[in-house]
Order: sequence, then structure tokens, then C-alpha cells
Amino acid sequence: MQATRDFSHYVRNLGSGLSRIDLAVEGVSCAACMSKIERGLSALPDVTLARVNLTDRRVALEWKEGALDPAGFIDRLAELGYKAYPFEPVRAETMENEQASFLLRCLGVAAFGAMNVMMLSVPVWSGNVTDMIPEQRDFFHWLSALIALPAAAYSGQPFFRSAFRAMRARTTNMDVPISIGIVLALAMSVVETIHHAEHAYFDAALMLITFLVAGRYLDQSMRRRTRAVAGNLAALRAETATKFVGADEISEVPIAAVQAGDIVLLRPGERSTVDGSVIEGQSKIDQSLITGETLPVKAGPGTAVYAGTLNLSGALRVRVSAASEGTLLAEISRLLENAVQVRSRYVQLADRAARLYAPVVHAAAVLTMVGWVALGASWHDAIVTAIAVLIITCPCALGLAIPAVQTVVSGAMFRTSVLLNSGDAIERLAEVDRVVFDKTGTLTLPELDVANAASIPTDVFDLAGRLALASHHPVAAAVARAANAKMPLAGVEEVTGQGVHGFVDGLEVRLGRPSFCGADELADDILCRDPEASVVAFHHGETRHVFAVRQRLRPDAARAVAALQQCGIGVEILSGDREPAVRHAAQSLGIQEWRSGVTPSDKIARIEELKRHSFRVLMVGDGMNDAPALAAAHVSMSPVTATHLSQATADLVFLGDRLTPVVDAISFSRKALRLMRQNLWLAAGYNLLAVPLAIAGLATPLVAAAAMSGSSLLVILNALRAHRGVRELS
Amino acid sequence: MEVLVFLVPLALMLGLLGLVGFLWSLRNGQYDDLEGAGWRAIADDDPIRENPAP
Repeated sequence: MQATRDFSHYVRNLGSGLSRIDLAVEGVSCAACMSKIERGLSALPDVTLARVNLTDRRVALEWKEGALDPAGFIDRLAELGYKAYPFEPVRAETMENEQASFLLRCLGVAAFGAMNVMMLSVPVWSGNVTDMIPEQRDFFHWLSALIALPAAAYSGQPFFRSAFRAMRARTTNMDVPISIGIVLALAMSVVETIHHAEHAYFDAALMLITFLVAGRYLDQSMRRRTRAVAGNLAALRAETATKFVGADEISEVPIAAVQAGDIVLLRPGERSTVDGSVIEGQSKIDQSLITGETLPVKAGPGTAVYAGTLNLSGALRVRVSAASEGTLLAEISRLLENAVQVRSRYVQLADRAARLYAPVVHAAAVLTMVGWVALGASWHDAIVTAIAVLIITCPCALGLAIPAVQTVVSGAMFRTSVLLNSGDAIERLAEVDRVVFDKTGTLTLPELDVANAASIPTDVFDLAGRLALASHHPVAAAVARAANAKMPLAGVEEVTGQGVHGFVDGLEVRLGRPSFCGADELADDILCRDPEASVVAFHHGETRHVFAVRQRLRPDAARAVAALQQCGIGVEILSGDREPAVRHAAQSLGIQEWRSGVTPSDKIARIEELKRHSFRVLMVGDGMNDAPALAAAHVSMSPVTATHLSQATADLVFLGDRLTPVVDAISFSRKALRLMRQNLWLAAGYNLLAVPLAIAGLATPLVAAAAMSGSSLLVILNALRAHRGVRELS
Repeated sequence: MEVLVFLVPLALMLGLLGLVGFLWSLRNGQYDDLEGAGWRAIADDDPIRENPAP
């Protein structure tokens, strides 16, 4: 049964006879790739548009409706040497894109306003000390008002909205003092203009907005970039299901096109991409990604199958169920919901700073006013001075202090292959003093590997690898992968449940069960030493070898764990796997604390216990059984191979086979937290210098403008230091 | 000083023109691929056909 590929789910109809599809493409890195792909695809007849987006690593394609099959584009890209897969933007990404273009529009408007008002302000400042006549000054002020009021009303929206939301929830954040500062500065300037006064602060208000929107845009664009990469990775995993479209007719469809009630075929060696229950067939399945248990379990009609389950031996027909039907999954969803609720109570550093800062400056302003009145100044002068205090303390630098560092650090993390899922994860990660690892797929590599490769001659290994390409069995697939085999042997036959055999140089070659290859003694020898391993035997003429295949620790796991322990971070393992396997991993990594056979709720219980002993826990896990624990922990990380649920729950995702990114992420975030605190102090210190000037009534608009841009630049320059990653832990 | 009467509106008009230009380029999707745009500028044009049209 050869399945056809059906990508019609991703094709959008643009009207006017055109169809469009977006593809995520792997390996596009330079201008040469860009023109190669665009030319290669445009050469196809009926293609009207082929455009590469190098930032997001995607290709947009448009063609005349009905003329071409989307699968053809993917084949064409494969011929050009690129792996591609249709891509459907998730809702979160679409929203982020809209938000980004809104922020950019605000930035444009604010920058336009600030520049033009500044053009009008400079003559006023110089005119005040020379010979400008009051009528001219008023004219310039009115003109400034005409530009500044609509510009600020539009471009200040991000702050006004956020401040309004915070106040309605009866809390305060950094946007509250910012909004108050902007509104008061503009209101006072209008009143002063009406009274033909010398000073107006239109330029300061707009400059403040410009700086802050720029900071916010940078922060957001970094997050958007990591999200695009994560979206591509998800698309390139190319999760498809083999769906029955007729009684015996199958079609390979993207999982987005599979609905509850559909029947899908799960062949041996395939990983399930759907949740459901078996309706026909007998097999052994590996549930390690879901439960952490590495020992295969029997599956027959009625057995529940979850996305991520690996089918080992026989073909299964699975009826797709609604996501919440499974008992395990329902339990996990419930735990997850509780854990997420608890975590949302974390207060970000910026908001904690704002809670301290806002009352202090507002009190200072009131005291200034009362003080001046007590000293005999008029009410008008006292109020103007008080508002000047608020303008000069308006937290421009404070508002930039944290986003600037976050932008730089998430860029640096991106380069060490760590993607940031949530903005405040950096702060939480920096406080970590206990790391809890899941074993299967986190400390170990997600794929099986040959453990005794060193003891097998290279030519035998190569031949076995080529032979293994003929089998779908995961253990054989591991041999093929380890041998880096590319060319399958011709004329190889599979004997169901036994192995594969063929002929090379006139001699029979076999790969499969030890009994199939007459290598029982060798296999028993290996199993005595390593009871956790799976064995596969090889036989060629008189040569017999046995491969021990098992889950292998990530190559740098021991080093990463040692690095963590060296700087006083406790490490422990919480695994759903059996005791011998967990003990073996813990011993070889030098981890004292470990627990085996742990259920999802036990994992949460352990994390709660650590929390009660005031540990800040980083949970690193990949399985579906880890998802609630990931949400319960102070901060969480997942490898990119993790199940969807865990990846969506984790604060950070790391790529690749190595575990070092976990250590790097902690050291980067510690540095980031230090810089954030420094920045907050810098900004506060700057205000401390400027406030006495304002209280004394000397804060002219010129001083306000200089103070604001000076402090903002200082904070941004300090944030750039995060770039040079001083590795604290490694 | 009468020169202000048309210099100031002129300056504002130019600024506004810049803003409109920026908003147009944003709507036109010119900020969607900042990395690629840089490379496109230096990429070779399509090769010119060998035999020019008669």
C-alpha cells in the first residue's frame, strides 16, 4: 500500500485563480540559497510567485489554481538540496506579527513627532536667551502642540493600554508612572502655552515615547524571531498520519487534517502522531516519551495510544479520539491547569521596581508642591515645579532597563541554541539553585544508539548498517543510523518477527534476533553484562556479531551535570522509568538524588516539597508525563524533541544533542539579572541627580530632554555588555 | 521673519511625507524580511539571454 501525500490542507485560495502555500525550509542561510530556490521554483510552469524570506527561513509560493500539486514543490526543493514542509502559522505567531507592525507604526509616528517638535523647540530654547518675541514663541508652542498631541495619543497606546489594564486590576506596573508622566507633561504644556509661558515640554513627552517604543519593539522582535524558528522546527518535523480514506485506501495527511473518529494506520517503526485507541492489530509499543518507561508494552484492540508512542513490531489500526478522552491525558491536563495557575503569581522584576518607584516619585512631587507653597510661591508655580519633577523622573531609563537586557540576552541565547518561550523566564532562570532532570529523552538522547560500536570491525558495521536499512524495526534503524548507512543492499527480504536476510559475495547475510543468526551465546553474554540493552545479531558467512542497542546519555551530560554541581546547583533525577535504568544513569553521571517509577503527580509533589524548602527549581523534561512538573517548577526547559504539550509548557527550549545549552542558559540569565539590577540602579541614580534640579525649579525643557536621552543611552550601552557572554559556569 | 510663514509648513510637510513613506513601506511588507533584503541588493541579476531579440 503506497500512500499518496496530501497537502491540500495547507493550500490557501487567494481568489482570482491563484493558490498559495507557505513552506518552512531547512538550511537556507545565504543569498546564494535564496536565488537558487527562487529560480528553481520559478522555472516550474504556472508558478507566479516564489519568494524566500531569509529572516524566517520560509518560502511563499503562488501558482495558478489546480495546475500543480503542492507535493511537487517539496520534491523540487529536495532536488535542490533543501528539506521543506508546509507551514501553517499558529495563532500566537500571527498575533505577534500584528503586534510588531503596530509597534513599528507607533515608533514611526513618535519619531516623526519627536523630530519635528524638536525642530520647533531648539529655536525656542535659543530664543529664550536671545531676542525671540513672545508671539513667535507662542506660535512655535502652538505648532508643537498641534503635532505632539495627536502623535502622542497614537504612539502612546501601548503604554496607556497596559497602564489602564494594570489599574483596573488594582495593581501597578512600569507603564502607570510612564503614562502619568506623559499625560501630565502634555497637559501642563498646553496650559502653559495658553498662558504665554516660556517653557513647554512637548518634545520631552514625545522623545520619551520614542525611546520606550523602540525598546519595546526590539524586545518583541527578538521573541518573534525565536517563535518563528520554533514554528519552523515544528513544521519540519513533518508530522503526518497515514489515514484511511477508503476501506483499504490510505493517504498520508498532515496531522492538522486528522479529526476525531478517523482511522489511521500505525506501521512498525513509526511514531504515533495522534491520540487514540487500537481497533485492530497486535504489537509491542514503546511509551517512553509519555511515561518515561523504556520497557515495551503489549498493545492490542482497546489499548490507548498517545502521540509520541513508538510502534515496535506489528501494524496497528488506531481510531483517533478527542484529545481529552484518555485517562492519562485527562489527569495530566488537570495537573497542568493547577500548576499554571500557581505560576502566574510570579511578579516580574520590572513590576517590583515599579511598585517601589511610583509611590516614591509621586510623593516627591507632592512634597515639592507643598514645599514651594509653604515657601510663599504661587500655586501656579508650585504645581508647574511639581509636574516638572514628575516629568524628569518619568521612568524612561527604567522602562528600557529590562527590555534592553532581555533583547541582548535572548539574542545571545539564540546563538547557543536556546529558544525563549516566555519573556520573564530569564529572571526566574537566574535564581535557580536546584535542577531536576527527567531521564528518558532529556539526560539520554531521544533515539536509540549502538553501545558497543567500538568492539565491532568497521567493515562489518558498515555492511550491517546497509542491511539494516531494509528493516523498519527501531533497533535496526538505530544500527543503520550508527553506521551512517546510505545505500541499501539489493535483494534483501524481511522475515516477519525474525529479521532481514540477503546475499553478499555469495554468502548469506542476516540481521535480526540472535536465534535467527545463530548468535545466542554472544547475545546472552551481552545481556548478562547490560540487562537494559536490546540486542540485534549479525551473521555473514562465519562472522557473527551482536550489537547492543540502548538509550545513550547525551555526549556531554556528565560534563554539564558536573558544571552545575560545581557552582552549587543541586542536581536530581525524577524518572518514570524502572529502578535499574535510573540508577545506572545516576551513577554514571555522579548524581546522588534520584527517584524512579515516578508518576506525574509524584513529580509535582517532589517539586512542591523542594519549593517548601525554598529551593528555586529548574525542571528539565521532555515527556508528556513531565508537562505538569514543568509548569509547577519555578522555571522549565525542554529539548526540542519533546512532546508538543511539554514544549508548549516549558519556558525555554534547547536544540541539538548536547546538554550544555542548559548550563549556558543559566549562566547567561545570571549575567542578565545582574545587568538588569545594575540598569535599574543606574536609572534610579540618574534620577537622583536630576530630581534636586527639578525640585529647585531649574528643570527647563532642555534639561529634561538631556536627562532623558542621556540616561536611556547609558542603560542601553550597559545592556549591550550582556552580548559578551562571560561563561560563569563553564 | 515672514519667511517662517512658508518655511515652517514646508518643513512639516517634508516630515509628514517621510512618515507617509514609512507607513507605506510598512504596509507594503518591506520590513518582513530585513535579512534577505540586504542580500537581494547585492545578488546578481538574472542572466541576460544569449541571443538578443531581433
